[in-house]
Order: sequence, then C-alpha cells, then structure tokens
Amino acid sequence: MLDINNLSKSFGGVMAVDDVTFEVASGTIHSVIGPNGAGKTTLFNLITGVYTPTCGNVLFSGKDITGMRPDQLAGLGMSRTFQNLRVCMNMSACENVMLGAHLRLNHGILAGMANLPALARRDAECRDEAHGFMQFAGVGQYVDAHASQMPFGALKRLEIARALATKPTILLLDEPAAGLNHTETGEISELIKKIAGSGLTVVLVEHDMKMVMNISDFVTVLNYGTRLASGTVAEVRQNPEVISAYLGTSVQ
Amino acid sequence: MKTFIRPSVLIVIFVLCMLPFAFPNAYIVDVAIRICLAGIVAIGLNLLMGFAGQVSIGHAAFVALGAYASGVATIRYGWSPLFALAVGAVGVAVLAYLVAKPILRLRDHTLTMATLGLGIIVHMVLVNEVAWTGGPDGMAVGPMKIGDWVLKGEMSWYALVACLLVLAIVISLNLFSSPAGRALRALHGSEVAAAVMGVNVPSFKVRVFVLSAVFASIAGSLTAHYNSFITPSLAGFMPSVELATMVVVGGMASTFGVVLGACLVVGLPQVFGGFEGFEMVFFGLALMLTVIFMPKGIVPSFAQRFAKRKS
Repeated sequence: MLDINNLSKSFGGVMAVDDVTFEVASGTIHSVIGPNGAGKTTLFNLITGVYTPTCGNVLFSGKDITGMRPDQLAGLGMSRTFQNLRVCMNMSACENVMLGAHLRLNHGILAGMANLPALARRDAECRDEAHGFMQFAGVGQYVDAHASQMPFGALKRLEIARALATKPTILLLDEPAAGLNHTETGEISELIKKIAGSGLTVVLVEHDMKMVMNISDFVTVLNYGTRLASGTVAEVRQNPEVISAYLGTSVQ
Repeated sequence: MKTFIRPSVLIVIFVLCMLPFAFPNAYIVDVAIRICLAGIVAIGLNLLMGFAGQVSIGHAAFVALGAYASGVATIRYGWSPLFALAVGAVGVAVLAYLVAKPILRLRDHTLTMATLGLGIIVHMVLVNEVAWTGGPDGMAVGPMKIGDWVLKGEMSWYALVACLLVLAIVISLNLFSSPAGRALRALHGSEVAAAVMGVNVPSFKVRVFVLSAVFASIAGSLTAHYNSFITPSLAGFMPSVELATMVVVGGMASTFGVVLGACLVVGLPQVFGGFEGFEMVFFGLALMLTVIFMPKGIVPSFAQRFAKRKS
C-alpha cells in the first residue's frame, strides 16, 4: 500500500528523518512511535506532501508520489489529520467536513458564482453526506455548530470526519489522542478500529502506548530520525533497542 | 437565481428602490451612486480578503487601471465605452494574473507590503505617462454610452449602479456557499488543511486575485464615465486603505457587512462634513471604536449576538 524507501529530510544541519524505510500493508493499522523529537510528524509531513524529502522516495499503491502536493495526493486517496488542530475556525463544523468533498464537486469559481441548479443539488447531497461522516465520527450533535464553538475533543473528531469525507484509501492520523483524557482516548481507539474495519489503511502517530499496543497491527519505532525497529506489536515489545530507547539501559 | 429572492437580498433591493423617493435630492443620489460603486469594488476585494484571507492594500490600483483603460480607449482611440470597459477588464485580469503568481507566494505582512508596492507602481505610471494619461493633471472622460443611447442624469446612473450592486451581492452570496467559496474560506482558516482536502492552493489564490481585480476594474471604468474626469490619485494610498477598511469594518467574509462598510466609509465623511476639517477625526474615531468593540466587523458581531439571544 505505502512503501517508504530511504526517506530523509534535513533542516539545515539537523537530520529530522534519516534514511527511514518501512512498508505499510493494505487494510492494517500501522503505528509510528518514538520519543519526542524522533521525527514522527516530519515523517508524516514528508509522506503527505507538506514537506519535500531531501532524498528517498514514497510509493503509494506502486506509484511514486515523492514531491507531489497534498491536493494531488488527496486526489489519489490519501488523507490525514494534524497534531495541532487545523480546523478552519472561520467556518461551520459541517462546512469543514463538506470541504472534504471538494474534489468530487464542481469547484470552479464561475460555477460557484452562478450557483446553477445542478451544483446546488449536488451541494445539498454533499451536506447530507457530511452529516453521515460527522455521525460516524461521533460529532453528529454538532451539525449546526460553528467550529469555533466546539470543545477540543470534538474538534479532533471533526478533523477525522473531514479526512474521511475525502473518501481516502489511506488515512494518516497524527496523535489523535493527544490532549484527550482516559475515557476519550478509549473512544478514539474504538473509532480508529471502526475506520480500519471499514477497509481503510490507517497510519498512526501516537504517544499513548496503551492505545498503540491495543489497536495496532504493526509498529515502527523511530529514534533521533532513524528507524529503530519495525514489526508486529509483540516483536517490537521484545526488541532490546526499543526498550533501551524508552526505558534506558540497565546499569551493569 | 434563487439567491435574488432571499429575504436579505429583497430587503436590499427594497431599500435601493425606495432611496430616491425618500431623498429626492441630487446630492444624496450622488452619494448613493458613490456608495454603490465603492460597494462593488469592496465586494470584489472581500472575495480576496474576507473569503481567502489575503490582505491587499493596493486594490485601488485596479480601480484606477479600469478607469484609465476606459478613459484612454474612449478619448484617445474613440472606442465605444462598453467595449472599452470589457477590454479594460480583460486587460486588468491578465495583469492581475501575471502579478498574482509571484505576489501570492508571499504571506501575511509581506503580501500586504507587495500589494502596497503594486499600488505605488501603478500610481507612478499614471503620473508619468503624460502622453496617454494626461499626467498628474488627469484627463477628461466622455459620458457612458450604450450604442447611441447616452447615460445621463443622476437617476439613470443610480439605476445602473444599483442593479450592478445587487448583481455583485448575489454573485458573492452564491460563491460564499458554493464548493469554490468553501475552498477559498478554507485558505483563510488553514492553508495546509485546505491542501490536504484537495484544494489547489496556489491556483485558487491566483484566481480569486484576478476575480477581485476584475470587479475593481469594472467599477473603475464606470467611475471614470460618471465623474467625467480622472486623476492618478484614484490609485493613491488612501483609496486603497479605504477599500480595505470597508471590508474590515463591515465584516470580513460577510457580503452585507462589506456593503455596510462601503456605506460608512463613503457616507460618514459626508455626515461629518459640517465639522470642517474635523470630519476625519470623527471618521477615524468611528473606525477605531468598531475595531476595538467589534473585531469581527459590524454585521458578523450583530449576527452573533442575535443568534445567542435566540438560543
């Protein structure tokens, strides 16, 4: 599904991501973990076209997508959420989700100015569809709300609903549980399982280890920008290098 | 089409129709015409500033270019005014397209500075190209003619610009709630989120810049014929700032807010005209108070308060 080959990104002299290679299998939940500053978010930004890699490449369903813009990747079926919320606060909750349907609608400026009947009809359908995605993500009660009136936890779900509205085949979630309490984290885990259950491939960056170990099929561990380990949850747990990165080495 | 029969639009149409009966004097009608023309430009600028969040303080340059395109083409080359208006709008669109590519790669303050620079350059060109523009003294422009019919008298002008204002309002409202309008507003909210949702960010920025320039150019052409005299001060710093003020005070992204902004910015100095020289003080004070107490702009602030009381 997603092949990341020797991907590197340097900011000045700092190698934020250094020669990382791993593969995400179709239909799985694949987590990327690592201590703070390990390069997880940078890796996400490289995959989703927000940054351009210094070297290496990314294959998506066999197609080389290195250096493509995020909007082009959206057309290919890749969507994501953000660690720091990127909800459009100047729009309503529903409009945020409808934005996900952008590429499926006639988004010409002249067409919008004329608001032809066909366009208006498709737009109404899109609104109903958006309600469905909001219901699915558990923010159905905010259908009439403005984004700026919503609490933090709901905004995180709204971002997921918006990402789903692009009808992606792969969804990258950047710390979906960050800033959430214990109960909310549990609920988000259930939502992610539900998303993966519907046939999507999910790539997850997360700090909450309990959540990662509970829902992931595969885990890749980063440390100082390099890949420390990659494998199933059980394999990664046993890996001595991973243990030392997280817990430190024992004094001998 | 349905947008024309929205209650809010019907109210505007009603007010525009009643105005000449309520104030049957030429001075008020003249002010109303100026408000309508400014309103059309401000609605266009709002697409760029209010919707897409790209602040421009050089927008009067496009008004001036439209005005001079009409002036030069009709006087020096004898073109018909309507044809000159159309060609002027196309020319301004091409120029805006060429300028937009490098300018819109800039963000926030740097973009604002670049638009300011654009305004200054246009002003300089109009002042210096004496052979075409008449230089700092300006040039006379003939009346608006459609075929053989000459548009004259305050009331015919008022009817024309009022219709165009309603058309601009309807276009803006349509765009606001369309997929393209959502994409533009998403640029304001979060560029990276818009991109991830599939919005081609650079292309949308360029297109909305061109569109807002065309609104300005058309209004500029009409202004030239209405005033029958144009000077390079049309492209000056103050007109640009006034346009930006209309958008900010009335309410970013709110179409009716921007029209109200045009009423205030054009109308208030007339109201305070009796204070001889102090009118700008009152004007500035009114603007400051609005920005301090209603940072979102007048119309969105009241809409919010009204919505709260209802719920």
